[in-house]
Amino acid sequence: MLLGMSVPLTLLGLLEREPSHGYDLKRDYDTYFGRGRPLPFGQVYATLGRLARDGKVVISEVQPGVGPERKRYVITEAGATEFDAWLVQPLEAEPHLQSVLFSKVVLALMLDRPAHEYLDIQRGAHLERMRQLTEIRRGGSLVDGLLADHGLFHLEADLRWIDTTVARLDALRAEVVK
Amino acid sequence: MSDLMIEARGVVRSFGQTPALRGATVAVAPGEILAIMGPSGSGKSTLLHCLAGILVPDEGEIHFAGRRVDTMDEARRSALRRDSFGFVFQFGQLVPELTAEENVALPLLLGGVRRDAALRQARPWFGRLGLDGLERRRSGELSGGQAQRVALARGLVTSPKVLFADEPTGSLDSLTGEQVMDQMVGAAREHGTTVVLVTHEARVAAYADRHVMVRDGKVAALAPERVHS
Ligand SMILES: Nc1ncnc2c1ncn2[C@@H]1O[C@H](COP(=O)(O)OP(=O)(O)O)[C@@H](O)[C@H]1O
Ligand SMILES: [Mg+2]
Repeated sequence: MLLGMSVPLTLLGLLEREPSHGYDLKRDYDTYFGRGRPLPFGQVYATLGRLARDGKVVISEVQPGVGPERKRYVITEAGATEFDAWLVQPLEAEPHLQSVLFSKVVLALMLDRPAHEYLDIQRGAHLERMRQLTEIRRGGSLVDGLLADHGLFHLEADLRWIDTTVARLDALRAEVVK
Repeated sequence: MSDLMIEARGVVRSFGQTPALRGATVAVAPGEILAIMGPSGSGKSTLLHCLAGILVPDEGEIHFAGRRVDTMDEARRSALRRDSFGFVFQFGQLVPELTAEENVALPLLLGGVRRDAALRQARPWFGRLGLDGLERRRSGELSGGQAQRVALARGLVTSPKVLFADEPTGSLDSLTGEQVMDQMVGAAREHGTTVVLVTHEARVAAYADRHVMVRDGKVAALAPERVHS
């Protein structure tokens, strides 16, 4: 899954905490998920617009005042269902998925969901992929084996990252749950 | 009774004040290779020892091929281990005074098989595991990988129903470890041996058909079903 695809889902997750203004969503996104690359306001509102069009969020009230900041976005049943499905579903076991997986973990902690269970599910998906690659390696040519090795080493690195993250979930929770 | 080979149900085991298992449940099907993973000190070895009838649980049950193991006395558990189980541990634990082929034959000798018959049964394993020519060496004259393959041959020589392997590659470099795992999985598949493999290394666990995780003395499956249950 591309990182870009997780922006709408991440915003849905932030809205699952509580209804929020676009500005608050951008600030929290940049704090926890931006990693030095702030989400442009234009993209925040375009994404929220699409989510509203698709029935995933609604605009709850327009408060007196000026500017777009008066709009509060509320997640709908459809939006919550889509977010839950994404959270539980393991990512395809490809290397380099830390940024999306990290977003899932942080959102799970914010929402008091069982983050370590999601990480275990991901661990299972990774191990299954490693099992397939090991099978290829056992039966295949040297070239197949070396290509499988490349995947195995990267997946193994991901798994170590998952281990480290699991070991630090309590500390991370303290940092992201205010 | 059931189509399971070996099973732990709600196993609790402490060492003095230290709880090692707090209700561990796991089942292995015939011919299945199961990897038990988990951080150091999580209770993996204790679970393996309980499944293999080496340790007796404080609570819970162990079943092997429909028989209750945890209520057997030590003599019957010992006979079960000798007749139906094979073992490979992290440090091969070969007997240094014996030759490699005598080490492989050891479980047969302990089971009362005559020496020449035991050695005859041991020898084919040297060819199968790529150990030709090393039959007469003592463990001090073997490399780490060779010694561990001799230990594997010893674990398989009785044609056990279940092979228990506790960090079998833990003392080896990764390439040598892969070779030992290749041999173990190849031999287990060929003979339909059920394998319970304890390891903290993902690359080793990847040789197994299925993976579970021991955390805080309990067993977690690594599949999505859990979240919905
Ligand atoms: N013989 C023993 N005496 C005392 N404590 C033990 C003994 N064996 C294991 N333990 C303790 O039980 C816990 C689980 O150990 P173990 O099953 O060896 O874990 P693992 O194999 O996952 O590293 C640890 O806290 C360990 O210190
Ligand atoms: Mg251990």
